[in-house]
Amino acid sequence: MSLTQSARKVPIFGARYILEARLRTMSKWVWIILAVTILNPLLYLVSIGVGVGSLISHNLGSHGIDGVSYLTFIAPALLASSAIQAAQDEVIFPTFQGFKWGRMFYGMNATPQTGSDIASGVFLAAMLRTTLGVGIYSIILYLFGAMNSPHSYMAIPIAIFAGAAFGAVLLAFAAYTENEDKFFTIVGRFIIGPMFLFSGTFYPINALPLVVRFFGWISPLWHAIELGRFATYGHHISATMVAVHFIYLLAMLVFGLFFAFRQYSKRLAK
Amino acid sequence: MSENLIEVSGLTKKFGDFVAVNGIDFHVSKSESFGFLGPNGAGKSTTMRIIAATSQRTAGKVLVLGKDPEIQGPQIRAHLGVVPQQDNLDMQLTVSENLFIYGRYFGLPSKFIRSKIDELLDFAQLEEKRDVKVETLSGGMRRRLTIARALVSEPEILILDEPTTGLDPQARHILWDRLFRLKEKGVTLLLTTHYMDEAEQLCDRLIVMDKGSIMAEGTPLELIKKYSSKEVLEVRFGSDNNALLAPSMQKLCQRMEVLPDRILLYTDDAEELLKEILSAGHHPKTSLARRSSLEDVFLRLTGRSLVD
Ligand SMILES: Nc1ncnc2c1ncn2[C@@H]1O[C@H](COP(=O)(O)OP(=O)(O)O)[C@@H](O)[C@H]1O
Ligand SMILES: [Mg+2]
Repeated sequence: MSLTQSARKVPIFGARYILEARLRTMSKWVWIILAVTILNPLLYLVSIGVGVGSLISHNLGSHGIDGVSYLTFIAPALLASSAIQAAQDEVIFPTFQGFKWGRMFYGMNATPQTGSDIASGVFLAAMLRTTLGVGIYSIILYLFGAMNSPHSYMAIPIAIFAGAAFGAVLLAFAAYTENEDKFFTIVGRFIIGPMFLFSGTFYPINALPLVVRFFGWISPLWHAIELGRFATYGHHISATMVAVHFIYLLAMLVFGLFFAFRQYSKRLAK
Repeated sequence: MSENLIEVSGLTKKFGDFVAVNGIDFHVSKSESFGFLGPNGAGKSTTMRIIAATSQRTAGKVLVLGKDPEIQGPQIRAHLGVVPQQDNLDMQLTVSENLFIYGRYFGLPSKFIRSKIDELLDFAQLEEKRDVKVETLSGGMRRRLTIARALVSEPEILILDEPTTGLDPQARHILWDRLFRLKEKGVTLLLTTHYMDEAEQLCDRLIVMDKGSIMAEGTPLELIKKYSSKEVLEVRFGSDNNALLAPSMQKLCQRMEVLPDRILLYTDDAEELLKEILSAGHHPKTSLARRSSLEDVFLRLTGRSLVD
């Protein structure tokens, strides 16, 4: 085989080669990833879904919250929240690693790969991991009887969509971050933490005072949960709100990727 | 089309108000081994990154393989192999995996890369380390792997930014030997260094660079001829006496440099000069007669030593 024909061209859709490399690195941790992906939902379901759920149905009857069983109520929320967490881990750490800890992105960028290719590859790998996580989670939910309404499966694409939206924004955030300690303190403690607490995962958000509901409104998780509940068991929200939730997540995805591509390229060229 | 693979004129790079590269001109032709010799901060890496189409220039014209890196970066990079000053291998992957993924970044077929890996491991003398994690390699091995990695796409130009900095002498000699083989095979090399012996051994032609500007250009021999004498006599009288005694020896040589620890006397016959100095009644604590080197060229051009 001679290179004069085969190589020295700019590969089409170079991001797939970045994706390939990311998957290779992730495969080194495959057992840990699988263990976390399986154990996490099991622990959650046993402690909260079943434990808290039985308490709730004991007090309120089997149509305890929002007219459905507690497990049905939290299933879309658990899926979306697991998707967001998986996406978050797989964009933040590789970005810090690639720019700072191991500088691998600079090596990639010395080939025909561009900043946007590299950002896309990292993002796609995170999405695959997210999809895997959501898939496994939904099987476990199914086994616990939390996925038996006719439209339960709709929670799956909505969760992945939420993971993509949040992942895209954090991909950009991480690329702008020069000091990762600050990032973990500020973004982690003061944004992501409260956002997850006040997104209505375990109880409806309107049980909360108005001030903290704000965290829910900006949280992609809350929007995904509302969409998920609407799609899986017909949680009552207006068509306008359905559109708002959808557009909010879509906007996060589009703007997140836009700024991620831009900042990856800028930072590499610095 | 010209024969030059790289053509640069008036290249300037500023970081804010700071001028890192100040209007430099040079060209590199096919199969040439071209070097940038200069101390830390001279602007070598900045220049390399602009040529390698990974950093944007502030002003000037740059053509690499007839293309403008600012417009056709990926197209140019498809033909380059780059060894950066700072290693950026993937520590979590093995030696062969690093070569493999790198070949894939160029879009090369897996089959081609697999056969290439054997050849590259042989070249880099890393066959035994094939399935070892990069984390565990020594500095010299990592550097050889980085060079092997840069060759996976059979580049037309190999760019090396300080290939041997930080290595011990033995690891350095192994690397020089590898680079010399590439040079013999006709690979166009572009390399930076602040070691004059490295520049002398590997470069057909070189630029002496300081503070963003080109001080001189030529073959190592030409530069030495032009800016230095044939030989040098280094004498030491002890740090207090060097400056004191220097004026009395001025007439005996063509030129002199008084450094804190020694005096360099430039002449065509160092042994003869030493005799003259001794018979004039000066008795240096130590003396060394040697041929002129690029270090002397740099000292002449800038008044400073290369390595501080
Ligand atoms: N990204 C950057 N931002 C600001 N200053 C820089 C940057 N990169 C290099 N410099 C400065 O430009 C000068 C030249 O640097 P460099 O090209 O790395 O020199 P060399 O490789 O010859 O040691 C140095 O003073 C360095 O501090
Ligand atoms: Mg440098």
